[in-house]
Amino acid sequence: MTTIETHASGTQVRATSSDSAVGAFLVGVGAWATTTDHKRIGRLFIGCALLIAIAAAALGAVVGVERISATGYSLLDKDSVTQIFSLYRVGLSFGVMLPLLLGVAIAVVPLQVGAKTIAFARAAMFGFWMWLAGMGLAVGSTIANGGPGGGNAKMVDLFLLGMGIAVIGALAAAVSVVTTVLTSRAPGMTLLRVPMSSWSALTGGVALVLTLPVLFGTLVYLYVDHRYARVAFGGNKGVSDWMGWSLTQPQTYVYVAMGAGVLAEIAAVVSGKRQVLRPVLLTGIAIVSIASLGGATQVQHAVTWTNTSASDKVKELIPFLIFNGLPLLGVLVVLGVSLLGIAKSKPRLVPAMAPALLGLGMVLTGMVGHLVSLFGPAQLAGTVFEEGEFIYVSYGALLIGLAAVSYWGPKLWGRVLPSSAVLGISGLAFLGTVLAALPMYIAGFANQPANVANNFSYSGPQELWNTASAAGHALVAVSVLLFVLTALRAFTAGEVAGDDPWDAQSLEWSVSSPAPSNNFVSTPSVASAEPLLDIKPAGGQK
Amino acid sequence: MTYALPAGPRPAPRRQLFISTAMVVVAGTMLMGGMLSVWLRFRAAAPTRPTSDGLRQIKDWLPADLKMPEVVTNVGLLTFLVMCVMVQWAAYAARRGDSKHVVSALGLTLLFGIAILNAQAAIFVQFNVGVASGAYQSMFYAIVGTLTVLIVSGLVFTVASLFKSIGGRAANTDLLNAHALYWYFLAAAYSAVWFVVFVQK
Repeated sequence: MTTIETHASGTQVRATSSDSAVGAFLVGVGAWATTTDHKRIGRLFIGCALLIAIAAAALGAVVGVERISATGYSLLDKDSVTQIFSLYRVGLSFGVMLPLLLGVAIAVVPLQVGAKTIAFARAAMFGFWMWLAGMGLAVGSTIANGGPGGGNAKMVDLFLLGMGIAVIGALAAAVSVVTTVLTSRAPGMTLLRVPMSSWSALTGGVALVLTLPVLFGTLVYLYVDHRYARVAFGGNKGVSDWMGWSLTQPQTYVYVAMGAGVLAEIAAVVSGKRQVLRPVLLTGIAIVSIASLGGATQVQHAVTWTNTSASDKVKELIPFLIFNGLPLLGVLVVLGVSLLGIAKSKPRLVPAMAPALLGLGMVLTGMVGHLVSLFGPAQLAGTVFEEGEFIYVSYGALLIGLAAVSYWGPKLWGRVLPSSAVLGISGLAFLGTVLAALPMYIAGFANQPANVANNFSYSGPQELWNTASAAGHALVAVSVLLFVLTALRAFTAGEVAGDDPWDAQSLEWSVSSPAPSNNFVSTPSVASAEPLLDIKPAGGQK
Repeated sequence: MTYALPAGPRPAPRRQLFISTAMVVVAGTMLMGGMLSVWLRFRAAAPTRPTSDGLRQIKDWLPADLKMPEVVTNVGLLTFLVMCVMVQWAAYAARRGDSKHVVSALGLTLLFGIAILNAQAAIFVQFNVGVASGAYQSMFYAIVGTLTVLIVSGLVFTVASLFKSIGGRAANTDLLNAHALYWYFLAAAYSAVWFVVFVQK
């Protein structure tokens, strides 16, 4: 069963023929609200995620400022600190990482695999609105003293309801993406020939399908218990205990997994050559999704290594490495093979390479940190070190998202982002990420406690670390704001893009920019993993 | 410059509905598996108390006034077994293009599905313990309620399949295989809940 978009052109005709500007506006809004065009649905996800990113980073800055003077409250009060922490965590996990990379996948995957549309386009659209409504409820209820640890019982219930709705929405969209890769590929495109981004969308999507239902089941328990009994799960204080795993590592790796292939995809274009180590890359990307094991089991597999025999140490080490080490190995493989390909070529300038590389690098730094923090003798449990990991991973995912928007912008909007702006903003966001996260790593070793903004002290320049972290968050917020403003300008009045502005290799660059409503006039036939190189002069190697 | 790739042959049917249903089944398995795991964890961590004769220690998990409607749950399980035959009959008839058998099988599936829903309602009525009475009760309502929602969605799937079959798409094997897969999953989920929640408690 194939669903074909038939509304877009008709809507445009109606809109332009209308004399009323308000009427045309309403028709336009209606067309976007009910669209089944995967490119529009993806752009809706991406746009909302970027706006939430600005707000979440600003909240991170507020928390950082509050921590500078650890003796009293300057910006917040005692009752609102818990809510701010919750909003910041939920915002970055379910409002930025997950929807940003899911949105990129929805917009790009059908074009990459040669499909006319996404499988079950209405389910993807339904997924977006469910996610948005759920996030709205979750954020609104947290502001009204709900959320994990909130003081208003009805608002805590509403938060749980909102999170459940958002999870169902994300699941519906993920199932659409996975089904598209599995069933809608062009003739000749075997799974081994699928572009790297689509492959990571497939493996990351499956990881989401494996873990999000576990969170949903937990939310159902929490909701029923909190609404009616409040005896089993610790009431409002227990909410963060039971759903906390979905807002921290290794579950956050699952949200990043959908974007793990973006760097590999762009790196191949930068090198201008076919990827020789393609099977290794595919394996590396898939290994990142093994993080779903940690999410599904809801257990942090740490290494204590205190007063134990050698066999006990090995027994602890094996799950520790499987659950936490393998995703890191996957990212290392993707980074290594991508850079190796570039090193053996005459690289071309593709601006999106910078944020993609920096983003995956930040994710890797977060993963290494997580490995260290779970090593018992390091004694980092309960410190802000874990917060540093979370910042590295979430802002790394944000950078990957910015890379994806820069790279596929021409195909989605028909115009190119200025190279200097992409490079400058991604540099600024990278600097912000390091400033926000690295001081938390250092303060973690000095035992600054996690999830508190006051009443702590330790030897060392604690004001410096927290000032730097606050400045880093603020820098990230400004970077994303700048990116959004630049994108708004460039994608409406910027340089018009050619059909293949990067001299790329995959199917989406064989259609006009922006891609037409039904993507392909006729179903293309594929004979290799780089179908465009097959038909370009000299195999595309310049 | 636009690069024109050679047009490929018409793609073979890709069983889109079946694959997406399989993904939904995976999600449902994780959902019920996760909920049962939490149930088992709570049951294992329940404190112990002496029995009324004081001879041994038992888990202080079940409410004293609990009245589990075991007959209803057993009948529900048996009905699910019959359902599996019905949905497979519909899928088999669809492969043969036998629309009369498809409609008959789906009609019976719907009938048995409503019977299962009725059994679920009977469980809630006969359970006779309030949701707010304790940990066991709230968790019971959460897990059995979630299962009931999944059964209702299965019934919606059956009604949609029935209408499509009556409307002339009885030979749609992708639809009826997906429908069968979903009911197999429901049968497995019900069996797990039956054993862990209704029998072992």
